[in-house]
Amino acid sequence: MAIVVQKRDYSITGPENKRAQEKGLATAEWYTSPIPRAKMKELMKRRNGPAIRDTIIWFGGLAILGYLAFLSWGTWWAIPAFLAYGILYATPGDSRWHECGHGTAFKTPWMNEVIYQIASFMVLRSATPWRWSHARHHTDTIIVGRDPEIITERPPVWRILLMQIFHLYGGPVEIKRFILHTFGKLEAQEKEYIPESQHNKTFWEARVYMLIILAIIGACVYAGSILPAMFIFLPSFFGGIVVITFGVTQHLGLYEDVLDHRLNSRTIYMNPILRFLYWNMNYHTEHHMFPMVPYHALAKLHAEMKDDCPAARPGLWAALKEVVTALRKQKHDPAYVVVKPLPSTARPYMYGIEHDLNIKVEA
Amino acid sequence: MSSGQWIEACEVDDIEVEDVIRFDHEDRTFAIYRTEKGDFFASDGYCTHEKFHLSNGLVMGNVIECPKHNGRFDIATGQAKRAPVCVDLKTYPVKIEADKVYIQI
Repeated sequence: MAIVVQKRDYSITGPENKRAQEKGLATAEWYTSPIPRAKMKELMKRRNGPAIRDTIIWFGGLAILGYLAFLSWGTWWAIPAFLAYGILYATPGDSRWHECGHGTAFKTPWMNEVIYQIASFMVLRSATPWRWSHARHHTDTIIVGRDPEIITERPPVWRILLMQIFHLYGGPVEIKRFILHTFGKLEAQEKEYIPESQHNKTFWEARVYMLIILAIIGACVYAGSILPAMFIFLPSFFGGIVVITFGVTQHLGLYEDVLDHRLNSRTIYMNPILRFLYWNMNYHTEHHMFPMVPYHALAKLHAEMKDDCPAARPGLWAALKEVVTALRKQKHDPAYVVVKPLPSTARPYMYGIEHDLNIKVEA
Repeated sequence: MSSGQWIEACEVDDIEVEDVIRFDHEDRTFAIYRTEKGDFFASDGYCTHEKFHLSNGLVMGNVIECPKHNGRFDIATGQAKRAPVCVDLKTYPVKIEADKVYIQI
């Protein structure tokens, strides 16, 4: 008996998009844990204080590490110094981009927008296209053919995951998009989720990005050194290791094509330093189920709904082990997923459709 | 705005201050708001971006935030205030009589 794996098309302009719509998986109603409205209102409340404090710490930390890195330039100490600077540049860059994109980090809308624009450039993501891409990711989380933010398909493409340690897969893709946008063009998949009214904004943002990049290149030529680019632009590459480490733990190894975030998202307990870098996105199931709850209230939200969820992973290492093990199994058995039992207090999982293991068994 | 019949939607006390509730009438669904100042407003129930009901959202001053993608509308005018919403929300006249909230649909 041979197992024949049907390779799926993960692009959002391919046949899987239509299939997801036909199966009722697109823009569907998702499971939500029962939380009293009064408690939910309390959790959703916006504040400026925590995000202002964290932003000061972040930029203050970048200034200190940047100065140390500058002093170390030309010595072997530059390697750990720039690595630390790069990690502090890219990791909060990613999480601040994310949370400010949702508009929940600060109470004051313009503060979200300013940090969103800065962080978008820092992590080399076009601000407007990624806002729409991420909206789709929330509408159709890990629905094949609909979600443009699935990190890797099944069977996993290890090359992509390994390249992303230094942002060498996503980085060039984004730079190619900047160039395309600068000339007033969009990729076919971007047209699928960015409304026409937002196209001009996309093009102008890309032109600003390109001007900044050209200015950095000019500064390097003028200085006769790559040092200026080591502080802006290149850190999104050499500082990418924690971004991809966090990223792979969010959904990989879990279910595709379900309508219950408890099945396709992973919550992990982390220490305060990692939670600061990640802005509490380790509570990923909670974030997806209730995206209007700001990062500073996610731990409280977790406490409210944990009896309705599978057990959180006890730490980042445990989560990574789970992901890597699952991906290795998916290499040979793409239908493999980590199945997590629910506590007796929880409501049953909502699969949404009769789960298609997507495997043909031939005699 | 509409100029149709007035429909009783709920009691005044059914909505907490700075909150929103869902009101279904025949095959239509609405969101009824009560602001911090005590004003009442009504709009279509679903967000204009995607079909998610605004009654699960967050009222902040005169703004309602969609629970799914955090798009925002002005409660009084229905004006789209923040992406991913780009299309304004349809609003309806509201009146209060004998502690009951009526909307004109």
